[in-house]
Order: sequence, then structure tokens, then C-alpha cells
Amino acid sequence: MSIMSYNGGAIMAMRGKDCVAIAADRRFGIQAQTVSMDFDKIFEMGPRLYIGLAGLATDIQTVSERLKFRVNLYELRENRRIKPKTLLSVVSNLLYERRFGPYFIEPVIAGIDPLTLEPYVASCDLIGCPMVAKDFAVSGTCSEQMYGMCESLWVEDMTPDQLFEAISQALMNSVDRDALSGWGAIVHIIERDRVTTKTLKTRMD
Amino acid sequence: MECLLGIKGRDFVLMASDCVVSAHGIVAMKKDHDKMFKMTDSLVMSVIGHGGDDVQFAEYIAKNIQLYRMRNGYNLSTKEAATFTRRNLADYLRSNTPYSVHLLIGGFDREEGASLYYMDYLATSTKVPFAVHGYGAYFTLSTMDRYYHDDMTQKEALHLLQRCIDEINTRFVINMPTYKIRIVDKDGIHDLDDMKPTGSGGSQGPESMLG
Repeated sequence: MSIMSYNGGAIMAMRGKDCVAIAADRRFGIQAQTVSMDFDKIFEMGPRLYIGLAGLATDIQTVSERLKFRVNLYELRENRRIKPKTLLSVVSNLLYERRFGPYFIEPVIAGIDPLTLEPYVASCDLIGCPMVAKDFAVSGTCSEQMYGMCESLWVEDMTPDQLFEAISQALMNSVDRDALSGWGAIVHIIERDRVTTKTLKTRMD
Repeated sequence: MECLLGIKGRDFVLMASDCVVSAHGIVAMKKDHDKMFKMTDSLVMSVIGHGGDDVQFAEYIAKNIQLYRMRNGYNLSTKEAATFTRRNLADYLRSNTPYSVHLLIGGFDREEGASLYYMDYLATSTKVPFAVHGYGAYFTLSTMDRYYHDDMTQKEALHLLQRCIDEINTRFVINMPTYKIRIVDKDGIHDLDDMKPTGSGGSQGPESMLG
């Protein structure tokens, strides 16, 4: 029994043309038993900046709370919104502080830089190793399936509508092949001037 | 070996817990033990856990919630109490003395109405329409999925609970002869008569529940 697959889950983020999308499944389970079908794994850290956390559910909640605390203090001190690449550094620091007793989560960041309006997608491992992606980032119990789907469906410079189709199909088909992920999905499409949130009905098993 | 159940109805939460206290794994010491704790006038927490952790943690949380009321002059809402409980449990999780408890928090407040929170021993907290802790979950969650709907009346919720208890009694190897029942609604916490399994088994509910 691996700690990272105790609760199950899947997060995916993709980069498009002037937009990014982040998607997650909605299952909260304890090994084989599903407890809830509306468990949030994506958290808003800014008007156009979202972080998705996959892994142990209690650490998803603890890290999102601790991270929001740090981001709030940052924004109070600096009097401006945090940039996506700075958030990556903050997350990396938060996780590496626990290097020898880590939080069992692997985060995925998706956002648009508040000044340059560049789309940004990045991820980390559970001890905070940062990785900026030019195409997509995935994390969760079905990461192999997600890598395969993303590699097939992602193309450069997708419009928001194309991006929504691509990320939805990629996530849905990946979680359908994983017993511990699924039970619905939520997708946020982040553009320069708006964020659209859609829920998907997947196979409910 | 213990079981906690919770069902959220249209404007109330029904909380049920078994009453057995066991020792050394095999001895039933007591069959009328109350596993629910009153946090405030409209908030109930039911707890199961090992080695005294259940009572220690529940009393600690209950006293702190009362302290908040004394200091600030008003009660914590259900969501706030659940967040406070989760924060404490999560902080203790990675200490030298973690608490090993499962809990259900059911309450009623004016903003949210009735709400039920499920929390496991790792301090994962989630708001749910119904929940079960313990081995009883394996025998009852499917029944709850089938018959639960959003707007249940007290009568319907009690019927559903009776079905679940009957199923546990039929198929679970451990004998749990009584369940303590409480309802939390806008008028506070109401103790109902203990519920016992009927002889009929979980698959035969009253006519009104079919279809």
C-alpha cells in the first residue's frame, strides 16, 4: 500500500495560446471505498492562478491551507498579486522544508502572469523539485495514462475551446482506466480576462 | 468493530452510533455506551478511536469550542468547528502523539442549515450528505446510495437508518444490539429512543420505501 495511492486522484494542466487549463477528478476515497464525489483538489491562489494537488487527501487540505496563508502574507507585504513562477518557488520551499518527513502531494500549477499575460504551467514532486512545462503537466495515480493521453492530444497554440476539449478528453479517458480516480471531473479554463469552470460527468465508477 | 452513521435531511442531521465498548478485542464490556459528544446546543460530534483517544480528543475539542463561545460571545458554526477540529487533528498527526480517531460532526446553523462532516484519522475532512465509519460502512453505503435523496424528512431518514442497522445486524459478524440516535435541527439536539435491529433483515423495508 503506497501512501500516494491511498486516496487516489488525478490532476492535469495544459498550456494553450494565451490561455491555460487545469482539470482534476472529484473522487475522495479510502483505498477501495469511495466516500465523496465532490472533493476539491484545485485551489485558487489568485484571480488567474490555480494550483492542483494530487496525493494524500489530508495533505492536500493542509498544504492548500498553509500555501494560501503564505500567499496572503506575500500579497500583503508586496501589495501586488503573486506571479505563477513565484508561486512555484513558494510551493517548492514549503515542500522542501519537510524534506525528511514530506507532505505526500504532488502539485500542478496553472496560471497567467499578471503583468506579461504569459500562460504558465508547472509541477513539482513531493519534496519540491520544480519543473516548468511548455506543454502540459500531470500528477496522480493514473499519471502514466495521463502522459499518454496528453502526448497524443496536445498541440501548440490551442484556442480556449480547443484546449477545453483536449484537456477534458485527456483527463476523462485517463481516469476511466484507473480504479482510484474519477467520479466526475472539474475543469478551469483560464484566459486573460476570465476564468470558466465546467464540471464533467465521467463514468461514475 | 465500532460503527458511526450520519444522515443529513432537509433541515436536520440524524446521527447514530453503536453502543458497544470492547476490551482485548473479544470482550463486550458495555452495550449502552454513548459515543456522541455535545459541542454546542446545535453541534454533535460522534467519535470512535483506539485506547482512550476518542474521549480525550472529543473532550479537548468540545472544551475548546465552549472556550471560543465564552471568549467571543457566539458559537462556532458547523463548518468552523469542523475546520478547527481538522486543524488540530492534522497538527497532531505528524507529532509524537497522534490521535487515532474517526469522527462525524453534525450540526445546524442559520447560514448553512444542516450540515454533516466526515473526518478520518488522517484529518481529511469533507462535507457529505450521509456517512458511515467502521466496518458498518461496507454493509450500508450502497443502501444509503439507493434510498437517500436531498430532501428527506425525519421519518424517511429514520426508515433509512433502520434499513442500514438491519443490514449490519444480518451480515456483520460482530453483534451490535443497540444504536444511540440523536437529531440536530434548528431547535437543538434531540435524543431519540435507541434503535434496535428488527428481525426482518435489511432487504425488507416498509412498503413506502420501495420504488
